[in-house]
Amino acid sequence: METFRFEIVTAEASVFTDDVQEVILWGTEGQMTILPKHASLMTMLAPGDIYIKGKEGEQYLAESGGFLEVRSDKVILLADACERVEDIDEDRAEAAKKRAEETLKASPAHPDAVIAEAALRRSLARLKVVEKRRYKKKAAS
Amino acid sequence: MASTQILRRRIRSVEGTAKICRAMEMIATAKRKRTQNQALAGRPYNEKISQVIADMAIHPKLEGEVYPLLEARKEIRRIAIIYVATDRGLCGGLNANLSRLVAKFILEQDVPVTLITVGRKGRSFARHSEVDIRAEFSGMSDRPALFDTLPISRVVIDDFISETVDKVYLAYPRFVNTAVQQPVLEALLPVEPPEVPVTQRGGFIWEPGPRDIADQLLPRYVEMEVYHAVLELVASEQSARMVAMRNAGDSAKDVIQDLVLTLNKARQETVTKEICDICGGVESLES
Repeated sequence: METFRFEIVTAEASVFTDDVQEVILWGTEGQMTILPKHASLMTMLAPGDIYIKGKEGEQYLAESGGFLEVRSDKVILLADACERVEDIDEDRAEAAKKRAEETLKASPAHPDAVIAEAALRRSLARLKVVEKRRYKKKAAS
Repeated sequence: MASTQILRRRIRSVEGTAKICRAMEMIATAKRKRTQNQALAGRPYNEKISQVIADMAIHPKLEGEVYPLLEARKEIRRIAIIYVATDRGLCGGLNANLSRLVAKFILEQDVPVTLITVGRKGRSFARHSEVDIRAEFSGMSDRPALFDTLPISRVVIDDFISETVDKVYLAYPRFVNTAVQQPVLEALLPVEPPEVPVTQRGGFIWEPGPRDIADQLLPRYVEMEVYHAVLELVASEQSARMVAMRNAGDSAKDVIQDLVLTLNKARQETVTKEICDICGGVESLES
């Protein structure tokens, strides 16, 4: 099976580096799948989930925006934040979502609302990843 | 010969200093590992974003358009330097080395230089050298978040775009290893994309347009550079402090040893003198 090198880095750490077969993620224009020999591409990411199919099976990650560059030799994802599904604290994401929703409801015009909205999108992305994995597990068992 | 009382007092005071040094060394040691990891972990992102910018800059679609942050000005009328220094002292030559480098650079320029200082030591450098200060930031914690450094990059980006300054440099102590911190002065704005090998040149698909991506990516690059400089600073600070405090503690030990020796000699002398006096007294009585 043909593979390509996929690297995810954030300002804090290098999150993922491996040869993979398939990556599905969310660009600002919609969801996209990257397979080996993809044309060179530069795009921005919307907060969402990343699905990676590699040698070690499938992996889910949550990402909160960033830049994606597809080159002939490798694919680089510069993420604002990115974490593996195992590392996501579901309760915390849920709490963050609630908090953001409340801020938005209380004062939609407040400058904080922009931050809250971004936080809401981030937590939704995280929760979605957790949800997806749970569904997968159920289907497998 | 100093009196034994004064010597005793000095020994006590040096012992106190040694204890403080030891404590500070231990604190720095504890923080060093974490700050070091943080700085090193941030490096891949910086390398990758430079790569992406390099790829982007050679894109033919970009060449026609003007991106303020990429554009080198023909005439340089004012230079800004982001001077990243520590809040606290007692970290060896860390700040002194950086200020020497920056001071030399400022003297070589024939246009006015403005400083944007980070850290209290940065501010005092600007005050002493009587350089114009545009903004000062201090009270950075030793685990800085990207969010804390955004105002710094905001100031320089705004100044650059409004043409208040025509070139921006970034000065900070780069963390090499625990023993070595290298002060560096790098050009930050306009963004100079690194050269890429010809093989990489290929048509890119842009989603959305290159304009939108460049508008997001270039400021992000500047933000990351500034954030990274602060991370390097924090790592350098802890390492420098650890080494400086260890040296100070060792020197204190030497000083104490010397003082104890002098004290013992002085005491011995008095004892000898007293014995001589008594012997003399006894002899004069016997004769």
